[in-house]
Parts: sequence; C-alpha cells; structure tokens
Amino acid sequence: MVNDNIVNCEHVWREISNYLEDDVDASFRSRMDEHFQTCSACRSLLEGTRNVIQLYSDERMIEVPSGFGSRLQHRLAQSRRAPGRSWSPWSAWLVPLAALLLITGGVRIASSRTVPQPLLSAHAQPARNIPPDMVVVVSADAKQFHVPGCEFIHNKERERTLTAKEAVDQGYVPCVRCLRKYLQTASAGRTSLEMEATSEPDIAGPKQDGGE
Amino acid sequence: MAEANVVVNNSVQAGTSHELELIDRVQRGENSLFYELVRPYERRVFAAAMAILRNESDAEDVAQEAMLKALRAIRQFRADARFSTWLIQITVNEALMRRRKDRNGVMEAIDDRRDEESDYAPRDFADWREIPSEALERKEVRQRLAQALASLDRKYREVFVLRDMEQLNIQETADALGISIASVKTRLLRARLMLRDLLAAGWEQGWFSRLPFEKGTKPW
Ligand SMILES: [Zn+2]
Ligand SMILES: [Zn+2]
Repeated sequence: MVNDNIVNCEHVWREISNYLEDDVDASFRSRMDEHFQTCSACRSLLEGTRNVIQLYSDERMIEVPSGFGSRLQHRLAQSRRAPGRSWSPWSAWLVPLAALLLITGGVRIASSRTVPQPLLSAHAQPARNIPPDMVVVVSADAKQFHVPGCEFIHNKERERTLTAKEAVDQGYVPCVRCLRKYLQTASAGRTSLEMEATSEPDIAGPKQDGGE
Repeated sequence: MAEANVVVNNSVQAGTSHELELIDRVQRGENSLFYELVRPYERRVFAAAMAILRNESDAEDVAQEAMLKALRAIRQFRADARFSTWLIQITVNEALMRRRKDRNGVMEAIDDRRDEESDYAPRDFADWREIPSEALERKEVRQRLAQALASLDRKYREVFVLRDMEQLNIQETADALGISIASVKTRLLRARLMLRDLLAAGWEQGWFSRLPFEKGTKPW
C-alpha cells in the first residue's frame, strides 16, 4: 500500500485491477477516485479495463465446436451403459467411486432424445431467480441492470433506480458480475422475461450493502 | 471483491431449488439426469479446458472426461459450494493433468517464470472508445477478441479466463491453478491491461470499424 497522500499514475496502474474487484482499502480507493477525476489517462485506463472485463464476461465469447453438447450427452449415456470402458486413463482414486456408482444404479439405459443446443448469451441469461422486487440500477446508455454499487455500472452519473422486474420489462439484462449468483444455476435456454415465473417471490427484499 | 456487493439472501445461495433437486437425484443414482444438470455449464467447461489446452479436440475430450469424473464423484459434492465452480475446478485439474503429459509442458514451465514480477506499463492512453456488448453479435468482433486473448502468455490467459470469463473468484482461481492469490492478482492485472492495449490497437487497425453504434452517438 501507498502511505503517501499523493497517488500517482503508476500507483493507479498497479491497483486498477484490484479497484475493479473492490479489493483496495477505503482510503486508497477514495484517493484513486480523486485521481480519476483529474487524470484523463488513468480514467481512460479504467474505462478500458472495465470494458475488457465486461466484453469477455459475455457468454457469447464462449464458442464451442458444433455438436459439442450432443457428443457430450452421447458419451455420458455411453458411460452409463458400459461404465467399465471409459475410465481406463483415469487416476486410481476414482475406482471405488465408480464401484459405488454401480451399486446405486450406474447401469441405467439412457434416453436418446436429443436436447437442442440453446444459444446462450448474456442476453439470454435467465433472470428468473432474481427477486422481482429487488432494487437494481440501470444507466442511460447501457443494456444491463446491476446491484447498486456494482463496479460495472456503465455511467454512474446517469443511473436510475428501479426494481428488477421493471428492468426486465424494459428490456434490460442482468449484469453477469454483480448478479452472478442469481444467473448461475438456472436452466439454460430461457429468456429473462420468464422472471414472472419466480416461484418464491418473498425470498429476498431489497437489502443492499452497497459498494461505497 | 465484487462479490461483496451482491445482495446475499439466506435462501439464495449456491444453487436454485431446481439445481439442488437435480443434484440430489443424481446423487441418489438417477444418472440419466446428469446431463440436464451440467448442460447450463457445458460451454464454460469447454472454455476452461480450451484456455489450458488451446486445442479444440483435446479440450473437448478433457471436458467430457471432466464431466464423467464429476458424475462419478457427485456424492462428494456438498451443496454449500457452487456446483458450476466445482465442475470448473474438476475440469481445470483434468486439463492440467493432460497438459503435464504433453511434451510442451516443459517449455511452458519456463514461460511461467518469466517476468512475473516486473510491472506492466500500459501503452495506450488515448480516450478509450467503448466497445458495446452488442458488438459481440458480430462474429468478426468475437474472433478479434478471441485472437487477442489467445495471444497472451499462458499464465495470463488462464487466470483471465477463470476469473473474468468463468467467473470464479480470486481464491477459487488460485485453488484451481495451484498458484498463490498474489500471483492471481498480478497476472490478472497484467492480462486485463494487455487486453486493453490490444483492443485499443485494434481500433487503430480498424477491427471494430463497422460497429453499428457508430452512427449517431459517439461511443466515447
Ligand atoms: Zn493518472
Ligand atoms: Zn453489475
């Protein structure tokens, strides 16, 4: 850490990544904030770094070979039919597990129906696990909605508060960084408009312990 | 950590009720449900293997092996962890084992020790021109970004992929790769800055010149 009260550009470079992780202490953070206000080079660095993270975190950046999903499904099914065949190159610790699996039904015959490959993208991230009345923010010229205080709010000066349901209704998509917990585990291929289908509307109230 | 900003509610933790139910049923032996369980993550599993192996057919094979391994070990999974993180960790481990068998492993170990400590000075300080995420609809843009990522040294690429694409946290990234938290942070900083410089240079080379948003509002 820097004890000096003055933060120079080099200090900012070194900490910019931690800054975006919300992993710098409060006093240094506020000195960085001051620096960003006066130094356009470091501001540009911050914007660019944030943009990089945002772009690459988009699910569209992950391309898989075509047929990947059905080949995987096939291989899983095959291993259920003949569990002995596929694990030969594996390390020894798996053997007892595999034996256990045989006892518990590892020889089921798979259904052979093919599941269509959904095109997953940040825009198709299901939002149905986000409590509809959760308070979120959007900003003027961006498509995503965030938990208040998220580092990836596009334009903090022009942000606006609303509920998650309103945000979805207005066509915003959840930020994969701050809303990751809600997006993580929902089933694939649904659209965010299914949020109304949330079965537990009372699981979370608006309770932010925001960034600052 | 960015995680600290997330509204954590006691009833929303590691998985949705649907996922938890699937896990429970697979753990009780309904193996035919396993694909449904992993399907939301299959792309990320592939990407994790690809980041380490850089070869599509190896990555696909390792991704399949990792998922078979996960199926066989499913009883070891505890619901207080994130299922996707667990899957990714198994995959990374499998991919690292595969690579160790490769003769390239020796070369890359040398690469690993190179200039870890030296600071990276960003090159480009011109006003950043934002690339909006809508631009990712264009295959060409995705390819440019993928090329930029592929050009990074392995140690930077791996950390960046696990943290910023797979959304593991810093600790999980360190655990998966078997490196220290400090190394994760250093490499992540560098990866992000290098990618920013590469993308800035890409603007100058016209990579993003036909972006739809350029009409009307200026993106910067
Ligand atoms: Zn500066
Ligand atoms: Zn966010």
